Amino acid sequence: MKVTGKNSGRYSALRLVKEALINHRGWKPAWRNPQPKKEYDIVIVGGGGHGLATAHYLASKFNITSVAVIEKGWIGGGNVGRNTTIIRSNYLLDGNEPFYEFSLKLWEGLEQDVNYNAMVSQRGILNLIHTDAQRDAYRRRGNAMMLNGADAELLNAEQVRAECPFLNFDNNRFPIKGGLAQRRGGTVRHDAVAWGYARSADSYGVDIIQNCEVTGFRIRNGKCSGVETSKGFINAKKIGVAVAGNSGKVMSMAGMRLPIESHVLQAFVSEGLKPIIPGVITFGAGHFYVSQSDKGGLVFGGDIDGYNSYAQRGNLPVVEDVCEGGMALMPMIGRARLLRMWGGIMDMSMDGSPIIDRTDIGGLYFNGGWCYGGFKATPGSGWVFAHLLATDKPHRTATALRFDRFQRGYMIDEKGSGAQPNLH
Amino acid sequence: MIINHPLLGPRDSAEFTYLGDASLIDRPDWQDKRAASKFYEYQYLRDNPAGQHQELWYHEAGDRSWLVVTRNTVTHEITKVELARDVAKARGRSK
Repeated sequence: MKVTGKNSGRYSALRLVKEALINHRGWKPAWRNPQPKKEYDIVIVGGGGHGLATAHYLASKFNITSVAVIEKGWIGGGNVGRNTTIIRSNYLLDGNEPFYEFSLKLWEGLEQDVNYNAMVSQRGILNLIHTDAQRDAYRRRGNAMMLNGADAELLNAEQVRAECPFLNFDNNRFPIKGGLAQRRGGTVRHDAVAWGYARSADSYGVDIIQNCEVTGFRIRNGKCSGVETSKGFINAKKIGVAVAGNSGKVMSMAGMRLPIESHVLQAFVSEGLKPIIPGVITFGAGHFYVSQSDKGGLVFGGDIDGYNSYAQRGNLPVVEDVCEGGMALMPMIGRARLLRMWGGIMDMSMDGSPIIDRTDIGGLYFNGGWCYGGFKATPGSGWVFAHLLATDKPHRTATALRFDRFQRGYMIDEKGSGAQPNLH
Repeated sequence: MIINHPLLGPRDSAEFTYLGDASLIDRPDWQDKRAASKFYEYQYLRDNPAGQHQELWYHEAGDRSWLVVTRNTVTHEITKVELARDVAKARGRSK
């Protein structure tokens, strides 16, 4: 089914020309602002990227339109608007890579699917190699990616130099020996992802209810029958929670303890500069990554602060650490002035991988634990969560993303750092 | 953040490394009948509160002591700092 944007009309170049002729008086709000009904088939808690994507796929792929998305603030005001906009599928492990590749394929058709310009730009991502051991590890990772249908390309130092001559190749401690490139990776305009999914879901009849905070779950005899909200009680046959960052807080209202800690991750944007960085570049010797936005700002970040936090701001030691990484990788970054910096709250899980699963409470489903990799997963997460909510069975790419993997010893630990969330 | 070390006075948090919730002091008894599930809860599950949080910090670049810091996860305000040794003893460990 094609999205027509029932209320706001279909967007196209022709429409733009027509509207230009009538002084742009025909544009309508992209989604309605409804009051909650008494009952829905499915209520999704959290109007971020993942929640809105879930609503879109529930309606468009599973024909379930009695859906409400409940958001305590405004949609797109949380992590979907606070990330560094990178998409990629360069994972190693079997439990992860098929899922992230599924998600990357959805990014490639997203704008046509939701009829919204999300500025999906496959400008490529390059992970730099600094040692022989790292080259071996990246060769293995590249092979794992290709086995799962993703693209990967191992570059030598000269090939990297041809693409990124500005990097510090002769750093005495961390010389650049090559890189692993994924050409289909890139960046996306993150707000537009939330808006595009919201507009599409709304056009199918999904109610997006903003400024409505969930204050509790009504649970009797191990079954959840709805959510208490600041706008009253809402009945639901199924409730899907997609509130990464605040998962611990929200699920504690259902009496659950999660294998998750909330941590703060900082991000940075420089003043606007002429185009210099071709894609996304990650430093392999420390934790630093950088890309350039279409407005020209260098968008970069590094490690999480490393302590439990629900404050959307971090501390200075990590700012220094990130900037040191930047200076080691590309000394010219020292000439750019910082324009903005901010923090977002991450669900850091015990193995660095997400959870999309049923809970032990009937009718209550959970999507979270995205660590700092949630944005790239948005379409895949939405589809897979919609699949779980609609069919009660995990999607084929998400069979490993279960709650009980910690208890059963099937962790998906990409980094191999164990149950230490601040190290993932 | 400044951590007011009980022995050394105010120190920059950058001198410390962070382990996590101070419940990690309460290691379950391996001979308990429910040891497997207790260790699962101990190792993997967290309260993860928004607000007061007791947590373990290690003074790696200092005197190598373990501290229990009571800190607000919403404001980052630190209200109490104790030696982890004292906390553990008070809870009946390491007699």
